[in-house]
Amino acid sequence: MSESKTASPVPERRSGALLQWLERRKAWLFAAIVLIILPHVPGLDGNFGRSLLSQMGIAAVFALSYNLLLGQTGLLSFGHAVYFGLGGYAGIHLMRAINAGLPIPMPLVPLAGAATGLAFGMLFGALTTRRAGVVFALISLGVGELVFAAMRILQGFSGGEEGITANRGMGPHPFGLTFGPQLQVYYVIVFWSAMAAALMAAFLRTPAGRMCNAVRDNPERAAFIGYDPVRIRFVVFCVAAMFAGLAGGLHALNYEIVAAEAVGAGRSGTVLLMAYIGGVHSFFGAVLGAVTITWLQVSLSDYTTAWQLYLGLFFIAVVLFAPGGLSGLLLMHRPILGTRAFLHVVKSYAIAALPALAAAAGAIMLLEINYRRATQPDTGARMRLFWMDVDTSSVWPWLSAIALLAGGAFLFNRCRRLVANAWQQASDEARTVGGMQREPRP
Amino acid sequence: MLEIITFSLLNGVVYGLLLFMVSSGLTLIFSLMGVLNFAHASMFMLGAYFSYQIGTWIGFWPALVIAPLLVGAIGAAVERYGLRHVHKQGHVAEILFTFGLAYLVAESVIMIWGRNPIENRVPAVIDFPAFLLFGTSYPAYKVLMMAISVGMFAFLYLAFRRTRLGLIIRAALTHPEMVGALGHDVPRIFVLVFAIGSALAGLAGVIGGFALLTEPSMAAALGPIVFVVVVVGGLGSITGAFIASMLIGIIQTFAVSLDYSLLDLLRVFHVVVSSDSAFHEVAAVKIAQAAPLIPYLLLVVILIFRPRGLLGRRDA
Amino acid sequence: MKDARASRGCVLQLRDLHKRFGATPIIRGVSLDIDQGERHAIIGPNGAGKSTLFNLVSGLFAPSAGSIRLDGEPIEGFSPFEIYRRGLARSFQVTNIFPRLSVFENIRCSVLWSLGYRYSFKRDVAKLSDANARTGEVLEQIGMSARRDVRAGVLTYAEQRALEIGITIAGNARVILLDEPTAGMSRAEAARAVSLIRTISVGRTLVMVEHDMGVVFDLADRISVLVYGEIIATDAPTRIRENPAVRAAYLGTGPGNL
Ligand SMILES: Nc1ncnc2c1ncn2[C@@H]1O[C@H](COP(=O)(O)OP(=O)(O)OP(=O)(O)O)[C@@H](O)[C@H]1O
Ligand SMILES: [Mg+2]
Repeated sequence: MSESKTASPVPERRSGALLQWLERRKAWLFAAIVLIILPHVPGLDGNFGRSLLSQMGIAAVFALSYNLLLGQTGLLSFGHAVYFGLGGYAGIHLMRAINAGLPIPMPLVPLAGAATGLAFGMLFGALTTRRAGVVFALISLGVGELVFAAMRILQGFSGGEEGITANRGMGPHPFGLTFGPQLQVYYVIVFWSAMAAALMAAFLRTPAGRMCNAVRDNPERAAFIGYDPVRIRFVVFCVAAMFAGLAGGLHALNYEIVAAEAVGAGRSGTVLLMAYIGGVHSFFGAVLGAVTITWLQVSLSDYTTAWQLYLGLFFIAVVLFAPGGLSGLLLMHRPILGTRAFLHVVKSYAIAALPALAAAAGAIMLLEINYRRATQPDTGARMRLFWMDVDTSSVWPWLSAIALLAGGAFLFNRCRRLVANAWQQASDEARTVGGMQREPRP
Repeated sequence: MLEIITFSLLNGVVYGLLLFMVSSGLTLIFSLMGVLNFAHASMFMLGAYFSYQIGTWIGFWPALVIAPLLVGAIGAAVERYGLRHVHKQGHVAEILFTFGLAYLVAESVIMIWGRNPIENRVPAVIDFPAFLLFGTSYPAYKVLMMAISVGMFAFLYLAFRRTRLGLIIRAALTHPEMVGALGHDVPRIFVLVFAIGSALAGLAGVIGGFALLTEPSMAAALGPIVFVVVVVGGLGSITGAFIASMLIGIIQTFAVSLDYSLLDLLRVFHVVVSSDSAFHEVAAVKIAQAAPLIPYLLLVVILIFRPRGLLGRRDA
Repeated sequence: MKDARASRGCVLQLRDLHKRFGATPIIRGVSLDIDQGERHAIIGPNGAGKSTLFNLVSGLFAPSAGSIRLDGEPIEGFSPFEIYRRGLARSFQVTNIFPRLSVFENIRCSVLWSLGYRYSFKRDVAKLSDANARTGEVLEQIGMSARRDVRAGVLTYAEQRALEIGITIAGNARVILLDEPTAGMSRAEAARAVSLIRTISVGRTLVMVEHDMGVVFDLADRISVLVYGEIIATDAPTRIRENPAVRAAYLGTGPGNL
């Protein structure tokens, strides 16, 4: 985060300018190439894979916009889906208009979402950003409920729970593109997502963006260096709402349906989970969280109906043990990356992972059996668990699950010392090699 | 007309008292610890489920006592083994912890009682008409709900005013450091207050559970309304929470019985909205239909005209 | 010297200022004129209301009664940023920085408004050469150049105090209020701070609250003594030292080291 290079006034030759430009945008170029290739990678080149990638792209924009609020400005919102969903409705209604003959190419639909997000961001932002902290959180929740209830009542506009649909293939076909195939939609989504990510990153480098961090850290002092914290919050709220609206527009384009749940508390909660689990302290954390959670949602919901429970447990574990989120966990290793003891650390992780997996397997067995008995009592006592047939009326599955859980937890506790020692070694080494500023903690 | 007004008023008061039972616990916890407990409505839900379960085992009257105590114990455990450890990471982490907890409670309830609403009927012992009003009978359980809430508050009020413990808690509400410096165990007080607040919500769940639908999403449905109560009343103000609870309880109950829409009003003034104008859909919404919106509209109105809430201090 | 002051006019004018918290009066009728270009110290026992006075002038609290004029225009009840934009900056007695930003970012955020960037979101801060240059200059002044990339929250206490002053002066305000700038510093650190304050106060108006009498008599052109929310004397340092009312107040309240 501490980006603080002063402008380097090195005189450069004209021919070097392009190279330098490329050099500075190396990471973005690399990301662009990966994103272009991804839907052709085996495993992801089917309809399922491409649709998964599309969902990830949408979720990433949404989570990044949420990070502007929570990570950058310290605004905890429980109603960010309002802007996503209203953007989605704007998108779907525009698509219906295009279906009815409006001569606008489909890829521009997300812009309608962004404009709508921005408009409602300005409307509700004026109301909610006057307060920060806990009160802001509560108000955002209230506004979310308000809009959700309104969408359920205004059936004609929103289609209520069933939602309204449109057809992305019906409209002008520029360059012969129909936007029917998932691949074409994926590229539209990737284009807008990359654009949105770049713009949000750029926003954070502007004076207003920098002041977001200042307001997050200390709104009182920000007022004493000339800035109105309420105004800063309002600005960032509008920006975040706009990009959430863009994500909603992408959602409309991708699914061709938007329903009331798009503005609901569930979706607001999910984006909070994504941004927080990914890590709010870094920009790419939101992307990491969006990708991880989307993948979990899609893959877990195939295997178990209890996936929300796992998601909740995962979230609580992050809150309790890794407040920096996944990206925080990854970045924690940066100081010891070059050391020889780093190998020890990795090795200790591998060893500790075994009992952890065993304990997790035990816990999952218990939860799954219980869940099955409570939610589908009519399906009988037999169920599939980890590719095994299990008879839940006998005592053995229960016993083995408990044994796995207890034994795994016990051994894992022992392994923690191993990990801590390896870390100690590595950070000692890192400190002697290069001057480290902060002591990493295991 | 008078009949509708009287009944709506009575039902509104019952609903308002219920809201106040939940929101007063939330306010208490918030003023003492600065923690906004997102799992508070989950405690309400647990109260409803526990009382149902215990009720089917040993009857309603024991359940009325045991269920809130159980919920209080769970609240105490949440504070002692969860929140206390998140505390040092700041308020956002605390809120997020309780937010995750609300998620988990809902999922656990599904795991035990299933996804569908349970048959949490009004227990037979209290299901009889209490008195006749305009020829219609008023059910005893609603009278009981009112009596229990009022009795509970009287008890708590006296306990806070008259006992030593109450004195210490009241002191800790405003000056926790000082109370700690005087040698009182402030963390224990936190646990206790969390337990009391949760038990209150649990009790509300016991007597409110059969009036509402007892299902896994009932916490998610009630939670936002309780938060609205707390913001409208002014964060941290018990009296404010009371006024807001009554206000929302009564207004919402009245709204449900009003079968009019903006169209009807406009018709009085001989304005006709053509049915294909975009405005028609909004104007056609009946007040009864829009009742779920009312708490949130009230929130918006309060925010515009009195951002700190009815009785809120300036910077909560 | 006195004549020179009079001709330059008065920048900050307090008239019969009152502040109550609940029923407790803390500031009880303060009137004070701060002249253009002077270094004015406010001294007084603990709890006299010195910080509260700064809080009123800088806009953290609105006064219960009375008027405050900056350059002849009333500013009482204005918000802090409005007062800052009119050219008055302040530091805090209890360190008040941006803990998760780097030292460099702390200062750069503090120069943005004064250079006219406001809420702009069209420009990349890395390319604002004037802002970055000014930031480097301030870092040099407060002796923090070597620590520019450190997170402010992990600095030592003395470094945070230096940063606190840096944030206050970065915007080039014409009137600067410093609340106990040397509190808690060692002798050497305090000496550095004094010379820094001397440098930055050239061509500006400075009002400071300070407990260290060495610093006060070293720096101040005039001194006001605030006791129980009232100013009992305002005068040149030498005469303050001899003022019987001041001596009584200080001897009466304990650790006087006049
Ligand atoms: N926000 C507030 N609410 C209530 N009382 C306050 C508030 N701020 C200050 N006070 C009271 O006002 C009195 C003066 O405080 P102030 O901080 O202005 O004193 P001071 O002269 O700066 O003292 P010190 O030398 O210790 O810094 C104190 O008794 C303090 O308790
Ligand atoms: Mg002070």
